[in-house]
Amino acid sequence: MANPLYQPDAAEEPVLSLPAISMLKAAPLGRFSFRGRKAAQDAAAKALGFDLPQQPLTAAESSGKAALWLGPDEWLLLAPEDDTEALQAAMTQAIGDAPHALVDISHRQEALIVTGDKAEWLLNSGIPIDLDVSAFPVGMVTRTLFHKAPVMLWRIGDDSFVVEAWGSFMDYVAGLLAEPATELQAA
Amino acid sequence: MLLIECPYCGVERPELEFRCGGEAHIARPEDPSGKTDEEWAEFLYMRTNTKGVYAERWRHIHGCGRFFNAVRDTVSDKFLKIYKAGEPMPDLASLAKEAGK
Ligand SMILES: [Zn+2]
Repeated sequence: MANPLYQPDAAEEPVLSLPAISMLKAAPLGRFSFRGRKAAQDAAAKALGFDLPQQPLTAAESSGKAALWLGPDEWLLLAPEDDTEALQAAMTQAIGDAPHALVDISHRQEALIVTGDKAEWLLNSGIPIDLDVSAFPVGMVTRTLFHKAPVMLWRIGDDSFVVEAWGSFMDYVAGLLAEPATELQAA
Repeated sequence: MLLIECPYCGVERPELEFRCGGEAHIARPEDPSGKTDEEWAEFLYMRTNTKGVYAERWRHIHGCGRFFNAVRDTVSDKFLKIYKAGEPMPDLASLAKEAGK
């Protein structure tokens, strides 16, 4: 299963391409870190066209955009790369004077799309949380650690995940994620 | 691995995602410049450092990023109560009693 926001980057070689698992670099997209209280949240919802999810660790998606709960007053907003500037302008205008922080972090982090029967197993080689679908259902999103690197993990399908890491950590994350897969090739 | 519940995320997560922030409920003096050096040093450095039931600040640093408070038995490492920042300190004596101490 794919997510319309996360498309494989056609310019990049697959990090992994095995029967049980594929790992692809995602194409660039627009990302905003948004923080604010109720007044700013309501205004942001107007600009986005949908409410920010209030339930911890969940995401809301509509008309090609997404808002991912990262903390009680903090969300990651996603939009297609071409809509980044328009979204920022609409948000800034809608929120006006209400105290908030809206920061374009499109180029701060990069994403990997990890898909396949062994995706859970592969991610658990470095992520210390229960990824069984009963504990970490489709749609759940969280920040956590992958070995020593902070990452954001979003389950976009039964056997499909997005892993976001800061640009300077991406080689570490992708490299260490590809390593346990050699066990599958050997078997 | 030690599991800690985050009161904001509402889930248990491994200790790796958290950092301990030392003793909880230490109020910053409202008038710092009116304090003597000894009083300021007391505020900055002196802690109860209880062996047993202790109220601490914790931060879900690799999760939602928020600070919260927790009562922990420093001998058994068992968490007895977890509560949000801003909520009053629970009665430590009765928590200790419940825990059989
Ligand atoms: Zn949390």
